[in-house]
Amino acid sequence: MGQGGPLVPDLRPNVPAGLMPARQDAVRAGLGVGLAVGVSGLAFGAAAVTAGLSVAQACALSLFAFTGASQFALAGVVAGGGALVPGVAGALLLGARNGLYGLRLAALLPARFRAFTAHGVIDETSAVAFAHPGEARAGFFATFASLYVTWNLTTFLAAAGASAVGDPAVFGLDAVGPATFLALLWPRLKESAEDRKVALAGAAVALAATPFLPPGVPVLLAAAGALVVLVR
Amino acid sequence: MSLWWAVIATCVGCYLLKYAGLAAPRKVLDHPAVRRFATVVPVALLAALIAVQSFGQGFDGPRTAGLAAAVVALLLRAPFLVVLVVAAVVTGLLRITGM
Repeated sequence: MGQGGPLVPDLRPNVPAGLMPARQDAVRAGLGVGLAVGVSGLAFGAAAVTAGLSVAQACALSLFAFTGASQFALAGVVAGGGALVPGVAGALLLGARNGLYGLRLAALLPARFRAFTAHGVIDETSAVAFAHPGEARAGFFATFASLYVTWNLTTFLAAAGASAVGDPAVFGLDAVGPATFLALLWPRLKESAEDRKVALAGAAVALAATPFLPPGVPVLLAAAGALVVLVR
Repeated sequence: MSLWWAVIATCVGCYLLKYAGLAAPRKVLDHPAVRRFATVVPVALLAALIAVQSFGQGFDGPRTAGLAAAVVALLLRAPFLVVLVVAAVVTGLLRITGM
């Protein structure tokens, strides 16, 4: 870029042509989340193969289910020798919240490629999209692309070489997930007292329910925290 | 049920769940109550995820310290990616040093 000398002086150095700062912010956040969270594919690949899934089955899950929590849940059931039907049901319960994100994303994303876009509707892409209201689309697709590539690559690497890969928890990667959601939610928490209430209610409900309900249900139950605000 | 069937059922089911929200009828999405619910519900879901991922499997010292460091970084207005790095580095270092 700029090889032939700019015709118009660039008042915004370091900003590629046509990429506004707000969009650049959204894209940068998306790419960062994709790389940082995508590396957890190492954990999934290793867990899946250790559980007894084949390399192909582990990769199929990352390619076509592409929603971490559900994938880990299924691998966990297989590892424990549990019945597969309830195992699948548990995975789907964990995936149900993606449908709730879709209700909001429907207004922010293009309707034309919905069948394709739908595959990218997960926690991370939604969080980045919601955190960049003006550039939801750019944030969503940047996250989708980088997370999809990283997640699938690391799933394959770990599944193919299972024991050769160390435990990602050693590198503190288990803190990246919650830190990501916290950082993305932060501006809304700072600005709106109502959002703070909803967040506190949601977190409290989910934590209180965790010891008693199957994985996935507590987080869904937290959606009821949002209903409380609606009723009043 | 063979393992492959479980894998396929999970893949298809997860995709349909993602698709269902996006493809909800316009009439439903435009309803004021649904619109308001859709705006607020991600806050509840993401906050719940933060809580469950942080403390759902019991208290973990290094992870909690990493998140506390992330909060400090956020209060200091650190850029987004710095917040993630701070959380991972603090957690990882504490774990490696066995604290």
